[in-house]
Amino acid sequence: MLKLGVPSKGRLQADTFRWFSDRGIVLRRSDDGREYAGAVEGVDGVELVLLSAGEIPRELGAGRIHLGVTGLDMVREKLPDPDRQVLALAELGFGFADLIVAVPKFWIDVDCMDDLDAVAATFRATHGHRLRVATKYHKLVRAFFQKHAVADYRIVDSQGATEGTIKNLTAEAIADITTSGATLEANHLKVLGDGPILKSQATLFAARDADWDAVRPALQTLATKLNLDLSGL
Amino acid sequence: MIERAYLDDARSGAGLEALQSEVAGILAQFRDAGAQVVEPASLLKAETLLDLYGEAIRARAYMTSDDLGEQVLRPDFTVPIVERHLALGLEPARYAYAGPVWRKQAGAGRRAAEYLQVGFEIFDREDPARVDAEVFGLISQVLDGSGLSVATGDVGLVLAAIDALGTSETRKAALRRHVWRPARFQRLLSRFGADHTARFSAPDMKALLDAYRRGEAEKLLAKGGRQVGLRGRAEVLGRIAQLSEEAETPALTTGETDLISAILTLKGSMPDALAFVRSLGEPGLVPAADQLERRMETMEARRIATAKLPFEGSYGRTSLEYYDGFVFGFYAPGRDDLPVIATGGRYDALTRVLGGADAVPAVGAIIRPEALLALRAT
Repeated sequence: MLKLGVPSKGRLQADTFRWFSDRGIVLRRSDDGREYAGAVEGVDGVELVLLSAGEIPRELGAGRIHLGVTGLDMVREKLPDPDRQVLALAELGFGFADLIVAVPKFWIDVDCMDDLDAVAATFRATHGHRLRVATKYHKLVRAFFQKHAVADYRIVDSQGATEGTIKNLTAEAIADITTSGATLEANHLKVLGDGPILKSQATLFAARDADWDAVRPALQTLATKLNLDLSGL
Repeated sequence: MIERAYLDDARSGAGLEALQSEVAGILAQFRDAGAQVVEPASLLKAETLLDLYGEAIRARAYMTSDDLGEQVLRPDFTVPIVERHLALGLEPARYAYAGPVWRKQAGAGRRAAEYLQVGFEIFDREDPARVDAEVFGLISQVLDGSGLSVATGDVGLVLAAIDALGTSETRKAALRRHVWRPARFQRLLSRFGADHTARFSAPDMKALLDAYRRGEAEKLLAKGGRQVGLRGRAEVLGRIAQLSEEAETPALTTGETDLISAILTLKGSMPDALAFVRSLGEPGLVPAADQLERRMETMEARRIATAKLPFEGSYGRTSLEYYDGFVFGFYAPGRDDLPVIATGGRYDALTRVLGGADAVPAVGAIIRPEALLALRAT
């Protein structure tokens, strides 16, 4: 069976189900909504696997599922070598999220990463510790800061309510996904220039390390219905 | 199957014995050179390395943690040896060590993540040129006959070129801070030079500085909204004052940026490099050139033919090690499958960061015995 991993609940699941049904494939949870199992109608040989959206990258990376729907941000953050491990087959047009860097709005001397680097040097000299950046996207943020050659900062982990960390004096800057500017505005923050770290949306990925031999017919049927380009797989 | 870095069959039996005797042989030469053998811990406090190298260390080293905090599997011996020396050391001191280090690797053709280093470090406040020559001479002697090619450089030259600039201390500090990040360093040079005018005529920057000069920076700050976080209004105002100062500081001339580029793109033999630095006629470079000359004299006295040593002005700027003076490496020509066989250099800056007022000038070098054996086996 070709294993298709989709988010186990919420908005992301509903949107995923709709995206597939618009293309003639009906995904359904089992009648008992509490059981994390489901069915696929409209194509043979495909098994629905309901997983927490955050775990789908790991399962794809290990090749335990063949296909999976999750955010590009999750895949880039959680897989050590995403380009080698997965292939993006389709952007689904929902779950949009930009990963951005934000600082207090009253920092009128800071507009871009270059400014942040300069401020980090002075901040460390003044306060005796490195400028703290709160985020749950450790890997992506580290790579972005390295690309911009920012020194004298440190990442502090924040799994939620990240915008509040600055007010609570546990961080000086944050890196988080934002769908609208409202939360940032309410917390007196502004987004830095130099573009988002990543523009993300829900994406259908294929696992390069999955065993594809036995599931080729199902994959072909899916590819035709969903209009997927399999040439990179 | 490659069982350990660069070697088949070196985890037991004859292969292991060959490796152990190689390691012991190198250590014996280091001991003969007056070194005390030390064995630092494999698990280091992450905080020290994070303070030295920043977050980038997490992408390079293996981190772990327990209830006492974060730890890191040592990515090199330098930090624990410096810490030990600062805590207990008598000077001058020479140390030797052997053991594995761990560094994350990535990408195609990745290097081994766990490999052995056999190293030698000198802590000595006297006559740096002599100490540089001693370490280089010792490593050359150990590697003699292995057919390796050599690279040398001196990070002290570019640091001296920065000091020689007739510009603000703030700019010099910014350039010094990013010497080890070549791309950012180049951006700073442009920002202080060719891009200076454009930067300060950009509309937002101009509005900010105009407000500051009219004494209205605080008003602008108030419009920015509530003060949140640890970095306060005074710090924001302080940076604006700094920006205003920077705007009024004349741009670096092309002559000045060319001088830095000339040092960084310098390539030739060691005597050629010295002649070139002298020919620049920059008084600020004289002490660094004298140091280079004195080092060459001591090397010649040790029968090292400096005319045959290649010298690169930017060598050693991108490594993890915080080198800020003489630097060198030994490479296996035509063996892309092997890493650099030995590297070394002066790292006074690192001891300054770790030791503060107790800073002590230091030079060290490591040899990778597995790679060396792999080279000799073919």
